[in-house]
Amino acid sequence: MNLRLRDVSRTFTTEKGETIDALSHISFDIRDQEFICILGPSGCGKTTILRIIADLESATSGTISINGTTVAGPNPRMAMIFQEYSLYPWRNVEENVMLGLEIRGVKKTEREEIAKNYLELVGLKGFGSSFPYELSGGMRQRVAVARALAIDPSILLMDEPFGALDAQTRNRMQHELLDIWQKTKKTILFVTHSVDEAVFLADRIIVLTRRPGTIREIVPVPGERPRERTGESFARIRRHLLDMINEESEAIQ
Amino acid sequence: MTRRLGLVLPILLIAGWETVAIIINNPFYLPRLESVIPVLLNPFSTDYTLGTGSLVDNALVSIERVIIGFGLAAAVAIPLGIGMGRSSRINDFFDTTLEMLRPVPPLAWVPLALAWFKLGIASIVFIIFIGSVFPILLNTIDGVRGVKKTWIEVGTTLGASERQVLAKIIVPGAAPTIWTGLRVGFGIAWMCVVAAEILPGPTSGLGYLIMYAYNQGQMNVIVAGMITIGVIGLGIDLLFKAVERRFFSWRGLDR
Repeated sequence: MNLRLRDVSRTFTTEKGETIDALSHISFDIRDQEFICILGPSGCGKTTILRIIADLESATSGTISINGTTVAGPNPRMAMIFQEYSLYPWRNVEENVMLGLEIRGVKKTEREEIAKNYLELVGLKGFGSSFPYELSGGMRQRVAVARALAIDPSILLMDEPFGALDAQTRNRMQHELLDIWQKTKKTILFVTHSVDEAVFLADRIIVLTRRPGTIREIVPVPGERPRERTGESFARIRRHLLDMINEESEAIQ
Repeated sequence: MTRRLGLVLPILLIAGWETVAIIINNPFYLPRLESVIPVLLNPFSTDYTLGTGSLVDNALVSIERVIIGFGLAAAVAIPLGIGMGRSSRINDFFDTTLEMLRPVPPLAWVPLALAWFKLGIASIVFIIFIGSVFPILLNTIDGVRGVKKTWIEVGTTLGASERQVLAKIIVPGAAPTIWTGLRVGFGIAWMCVVAAEILPGPTSGLGYLIMYAYNQGQMNVIVAGMITIGVIGLGIDLLFKAVERRFFSWRGLDR
């Protein structure tokens, strides 16, 4: 499934009545089964792009289309994974994963079957009846991934999903996400502020400028996965991205 | 240990009371323990209550009134609170009026209640309603507003309709706080029923019983009635707390 953004802009009006341009003329195309990272300095509007695609916010101007059809309203072919803790604490793990299916009216036996499969996929087999407060941060994000996958979306929107995890857990989750991506053949749009994470994961990296966010460059990342984080080409791309990000961040200060 | 510690003070109070009662030696000021205990030990007997129905009869009448008044209050306050917590337009429409009515004590409504509903159960139920509706309402509004935005957004991105968001996310997310409101509201309802029954009009209920006993100079029945009111109130609160522990413990454990 192809996702296309054309001239998507977003302005906010503050309480004082000032207008702030958050995003300005964002255009890009994502091909089916591609893994795209959006990278940029903090406050550049990366998350806003995801939220507009997910219809949690609306663009001030511009269009978003999927397979050539303009999107209006929440789209069942997309699922979003949030940075912060988003599980329902009153539901156990299995019930959390089943929420989207419940909403769609899937029968109970079928729901349980689907939930079981996805929990196994994210490495949480046997944790179905645990409650979120019993799980570590990494395990919770696995549940959130399983919950998103359970409705079988074509596009996964991920908003710094590993941002709150410690470095080791984060690395492991990146590996597992690549496995899941290869197994499920989803298109992934992944927002991050970590250069390392973007180079490790993405087919292409969309680098944003400081506010108002525009696309500075789209950087293709070659190399088979899993990529060697200490490899030479990895380092070169990393250098190039860091230079851009540093320039953008310095200009803010 | 804490449980046992909680028993120390009641025992001291009872001992002190008995000592003072013996010293005063006037059952019209302070009845001796041995005149109160038989009333409590024979709750089904009408011998002590001078033809007003037994302790249990009167307690059941009071409980029934509270359940009706409290039930009506919950039926109004929970949906209204969900609406006010969810929509600023609904909130703006009701807020000023409710904030003006809220400081009026339930007992200040008595004259109007009597004028509108005459003597009888309807005016008592009305007083209870007034007393318990506000804590339930305020807690419901708070609970609904406290539901995390991300929880709702997850539901929306999964395709939930406004109704599904309400049923599957808002209500369960706000439930612990709503339950606290019900618990507080029930406590107030229980106080209101006794107060309303003391007023002229009713011919049954625990409030009526202690007032009647006062007119008959039966201090032991008054004290027994007060103890009954306290014990029932405590019992119901424990029930609320047990439900809270069983179903809403996630609130405290959630990080």
